[in-house]
Amino acid sequence: MTVATAKKRGKRRDIAFPIVNTIILILLMFITLYPVINTVAYSFNDGLDAVKGGIGLIPRKFSTEAYTELLQDPAVYKAFWISLSKTVITTLTNLFFTSMLAFALSRREYVLRGFITTVMVLTMYVNAGLIPNYLLISRTLGLRNTYWVYIIPTMFSCFNMIVIRTYIQGLPDALVESARIDGAGDLRTFFQIILPLCLPVMATVALFVAVGAWNSWFDTYLYNGSKKDLYSLQYLLKMKLATTQSASNSANATADALSQQSKVTPVVVRSAISVISAVPILIVYPFLQKYFVTGMALGAVKG
Amino acid sequence: MTTAGTTAKTGALTPKRKRGFWSTLSKQWQLAIMSVPMLLYVFLFNYAPLWGWITAFQDYKPKQGVFGSKWVGLDNFKFLFGREDFLLSIRNTLAMSVINLVFGTCAAILLAVLLNEVRNRTFKRTVQTVTYLPHFLSMVIVVAMAQNIFSGTGAINTLLMSMGLVKEPIFFLGTGEYFWWLVGGINVWKEVGWNTIIYIAAMTSIDPSLYEAAAIDGAGRFQRILHVTLPGIKSTFMVLLIMNIGHLMEAGFEIQYLMRNGMVMKYSDTIDVFALLYSFGGSTAHYSYSVAAGMFKSVVGIILLLAANRIAKALDESTLI
Repeated sequence: MTVATAKKRGKRRDIAFPIVNTIILILLMFITLYPVINTVAYSFNDGLDAVKGGIGLIPRKFSTEAYTELLQDPAVYKAFWISLSKTVITTLTNLFFTSMLAFALSRREYVLRGFITTVMVLTMYVNAGLIPNYLLISRTLGLRNTYWVYIIPTMFSCFNMIVIRTYIQGLPDALVESARIDGAGDLRTFFQIILPLCLPVMATVALFVAVGAWNSWFDTYLYNGSKKDLYSLQYLLKMKLATTQSASNSANATADALSQQSKVTPVVVRSAISVISAVPILIVYPFLQKYFVTGMALGAVKG
Repeated sequence: MTTAGTTAKTGALTPKRKRGFWSTLSKQWQLAIMSVPMLLYVFLFNYAPLWGWITAFQDYKPKQGVFGSKWVGLDNFKFLFGREDFLLSIRNTLAMSVINLVFGTCAAILLAVLLNEVRNRTFKRTVQTVTYLPHFLSMVIVVAMAQNIFSGTGAINTLLMSMGLVKEPIFFLGTGEYFWWLVGGINVWKEVGWNTIIYIAAMTSIDPSLYEAAAIDGAGRFQRILHVTLPGIKSTFMVLLIMNIGHLMEAGFEIQYLMRNGMVMKYSDTIDVFALLYSFGGSTAHYSYSVAAGMFKSVVGIILLLAANRIAKALDESTLI
């Protein structure tokens, strides 16, 4: 092959490849978004009509009844409030303790640094399992049927600690040293000098923790399943799954739904709760994208 | 105060432990305040539960407690390995882990390579934002969506029937043989974008002059991907692979538990689901069986992790030479 034909071939490929690549990526975005838009479409569809299925990207028979019914249900408000408050409190306490620990473990002169770091990192690999944890939390600590079970067991995550620590280690040492010369102790150095500089990484970790807290349903299932006042939004949705599982599994669910009195059918309610509980996070995450992308890379390097 | 900073810096030169451990610690009381509470916290929440493993060797009754329950030796383990449902749960755990690992990794690398070739920044960012989206959805929502998409009248069946590939709708959610692949597919859909973050970070650290050199040597786009991009992410790939091999016993339980039903349970129940059902699924709680199952899983997991670490070290040495 001569140089000229090689160049020609290269050029032709350089035009073809970006086009094919763009098409593939657009297709991928479509596949990613289809189930999401499909669920939104279901949630805005008439209940009885939705049971027939076959709804694509737009509602076939538009109706907001699922939402009006949900918004009249005090249980939904209660669950939304539980989800929101546990997310906020967990995020704040988790950030407070995790970042403080991360700062202490970033100080090379700290005598307990090696020991504590080892103990913390091992938590990522040593897991007693479901039942021993359950027995500790419900029996020994008596957190079952309390709100605290949402907050106390989730106050620390080693991965997040490593992300913050790596970030702090990337800050100039001179910051801490000059604070020291000025007579500031470690606590003051952390809260007044280091913490304000950690905002990007704190935003990342806050997102990770908040998403985890907002999306969790298993804690409710395990510890507060008999306490209706403490149901979270995700658990409410999980219960809708359970009741409709047999219906959605059978090919002709119509008869099942027709026997219901309400015009709002499970499939629509399920979709509407999905939308309500997904919207808060989907609004927030694109704005934090820059931060969590670097945060993930930081954690991966050292983790 | 300044001496603390300087001794730390010159620590390598001066003999260590010039001051005693305790006197240094008492000087560092503020750092201790910041870290010791969390140390106690993980001892309570991460290490104390290991004590519960004792109950794997007992016929544990919550009322009698750990001290009052009868010791049964290895009977619980014998019981487990004599049960078909436990053996199936091991198979299901490994099958779903391997499917997730293989397809998840391949899809993430493929997408990262494609994204790396995109020159238009806005388009690249848009694709990234969109593909990160499912990562932020809870598993409950994802399963709710899957129930719509894969139902008899859902999008997949509608598509297959309109293309004439099938005459009758396929019973995706109620056929055991499809379960692993369904879970694999859903997991790839959910995490593929998120998993590209690390690979793209690795790709941006590749020296651009390598691409230029390859181009001058006449390498086309595919050759550049093959000989520059992929070798550039090899170490990241290896690290993640080893970490994932250490997590092979962790196939999860959320999606399996939420999607399981009587028709697919032979394929859906992982070890975690098994443990969950034996403690909370029936009218009587068989805690000891669940603990034994969980302990088996953890111990095998740790062995896998150590083995993977070993292999990593061996490979590192050979690649360094």
